[in-house]
Amino acid sequence: MSRVDVRKTYKLYVGGAFPRSESGRTYEALDAKGAFLANASQASRKDGRDAVVAARKAFGGWSARTPYNRGQILYRVAEMLEGRREQFTSEVAATEGLTRTQAGRVVDAAVDRWVWYAGWADKLAQVVGNANPVSGPYFNLSSPEPTGVVAVAAPQDSSLLGLVSVIAPVVVTGNTAVVVTSFGRPLPAITLSEVLATSDLPGGVVNVLTGDVAEVGPWLATHRDVDALDLTGAGDAATDLERDAAEGLKRVRRPRSEDWTAQPGLDRMTTFTETKTVWHPIGV
Amino acid sequence: MSFFEYAPAPESRGVVDLRSSYGLFVDGEFTEGDGPMFKTISPATEEVLAEVTAASAADVDRAVAAARRAHSRVWSRMAGSERAKYLYRIARIIAERSRELAVLETLDNGKPIRESRDVDVPLVSQWFFYYAGWADKLDHAGLGPDPRSLGVAAQVIPWNFPLMMLAWKVAPALAAGNTVVLKPAETTPLTALLFAEICQQADLPPGVVNIVTGAGETGRALVEHDGVDKVAFTGSTPVGRQIARAVAGTDKRLTLELGGKAANIVFDDAPLDQAIEGIVSGIFFNQGHVCCAGSRLLVQENVYDEVIGKLKDRMATLRVGDPLDKNTDVGAINSAEQLARITELAATGDAEGAERWSPPCELPSDGFWYAPTIFTGVSQAHRIAREEIFGPVLSVLTFRTPDEAVAKANNTPYGLSAGVWTDKGSRILAMASRLRAGVVWANTFNKFDPASPFGGYSESGYGREGGKHGLAAYLQGGTR
Repeated sequence: MSRVDVRKTYKLYVGGAFPRSESGRTYEALDAKGAFLANASQASRKDGRDAVVAARKAFGGWSARTPYNRGQILYRVAEMLEGRREQFTSEVAATEGLTRTQAGRVVDAAVDRWVWYAGWADKLAQVVGNANPVSGPYFNLSSPEPTGVVAVAAPQDSSLLGLVSVIAPVVVTGNTAVVVTSFGRPLPAITLSEVLATSDLPGGVVNVLTGDVAEVGPWLATHRDVDALDLTGAGDAATDLERDAAEGLKRVRRPRSEDWTAQPGLDRMTTFTETKTVWHPIGV
Repeated sequence: MSFFEYAPAPESRGVVDLRSSYGLFVDGEFTEGDGPMFKTISPATEEVLAEVTAASAADVDRAVAAARRAHSRVWSRMAGSERAKYLYRIARIIAERSRELAVLETLDNGKPIRESRDVDVPLVSQWFFYYAGWADKLDHAGLGPDPRSLGVAAQVIPWNFPLMMLAWKVAPALAAGNTVVLKPAETTPLTALLFAEICQQADLPPGVVNIVTGAGETGRALVEHDGVDKVAFTGSTPVGRQIARAVAGTDKRLTLELGGKAANIVFDDAPLDQAIEGIVSGIFFNQGHVCCAGSRLLVQENVYDEVIGKLKDRMATLRVGDPLDKNTDVGAINSAEQLARITELAATGDAEGAERWSPPCELPSDGFWYAPTIFTGVSQAHRIAREEIFGPVLSVLTFRTPDEAVAKANNTPYGLSAGVWTDKGSRILAMASRLRAGVVWANTFNKFDPASPFGGYSESGYGREGGKHGLAAYLQGGTR
């Protein structure tokens, strides 16, 4: 007689813990052929707010880490991802309807993307910051600083590569994130949360909500403790969410066509940084 | 108290040749609009300076069409090195006509001639000169090789630095290969129209710069126009919100420079005499009509009495009056409307229990005036500590520790600028990194330079003006 396997309960990831939705709701996550995979938690307004509280709480500490330390932690995430390669390959294959070979390539690309972004932690300021040659006796320096709490609508299609491609650039510069995952393909995001939870990433730096961005999004877009929105996976809700964000003058990245396999530029990082310029007189 | 008696030293108005009425500048020519005319006055005397056209939606349409034609047929195709030469020409003509521009700015705006002559207009010329040099170096702007322009930029600017805000908007836009439709503020349209003449003198191709005058309706028609690719706005936070809402869901790129409520933090080891000068220029420069004004003074408790004493002594020497007088330090409030807003907000300071002080000073009977004012005993909950007054009114708070100073300074929805005064280098750097503001002035205040990025955090808006960062707002691949 074959052994009965122990299945995983897929939950949210908020403040470093794995709670169920406070609403008690779940929905069925299906594979690409429509077969049942698991019950995913369906995040509510309250879960969104809890996640924002956790992200805000984590921001001070995370943004004050040395860039080298943030880079090390993100690299550690890549190590943990690599270690779970088989698990991610299975989940991506099932949820995206790929062969194991194709899914394996997606996982490889996702690991490599983490490594690429991890290296930016202690380099971005050198590339986008600079000394300014002002016409007077002043020291004048501009450097990027993290915007704060960023709410991210993860892509609906690319459940792992797309997901890491939107999370890594937000947190590498010192922001904290509240991520609403793909609605239809949520499982790799929860497994990624388990990776994050075991990579020395402080709790609250990344918070992961499975569910419907059209439901949770408006509460995040109008939340005064959210500083910016990445609407990549917001779909039809994007315009309304951008309009909601205007009240708090949040920074918004609109959805655009994406090729997740292409080499990213700096723009996902620079969109969620603020340039600070410091002046000081020069004299003896 | 008066150290000296001053004889009047008025700058001559003769250098300015005002027409009785002005049309719109569209496609390289002054044209009549179909909207009604409105008057622009000198806020110092209430004298009518000229009549100006309120551009209608159809006028805006014409201007956008002209800008589009100029972009696709001429300006975006022109080599950067050629665009640069037009911008250098403009910079030079501004310098050549600097006195005329300064006098006209002071007449229309009410700011002291000393400021328009020594700060505004020189920076305007420098701004064009700086960005002229970028026009053929865009490959090095950090956005990849051969970055493309956006197209037509709709630019709406405020009345506090009319010509300087024009330069901040127009110079980088043109250098990057965009064409512009600019709407100056309704109370200060005249120097923008004189700038249009300068574009003609420079033989700038028609349609590259278009200027439509008018009030909020004209501005709305411009930013909501389907034919614009970029919206750049400097002004109030409420209007910034409306614009952000209006462009939601479009492909228009947006940069916003909005309000502020900057903390100017004075530690007990600061060079106090220098700090006093910084406090004074921080809040009374340009009548306090400055979005980055140091409107909240945070003084370390153990030097509070000394700082307030010195500040009052210094304020007593400020000369308020005729903006054209070369000895004037504080000019006229820009409009009756703004004066009413300052008066109302300051009154809440009295009502909420803060203590008001102004030096004895005689204000002219005509025009709009507000004496330099400080409020002491201000709490963080007072409206005068939270809301932007945009006038010569300083709210004074105290603190004991650096942590308390940071907490109070950051306790605002704004984040445009901040000041720190201390002799301790490590403290300056620690404070500078903890203050959530786009510009931190340490042992100085209200310094501006075309090479230096300027712009806010949170509700002070997004995007940067100035420097290499300012180019990103007008190029493909930039993030705002």
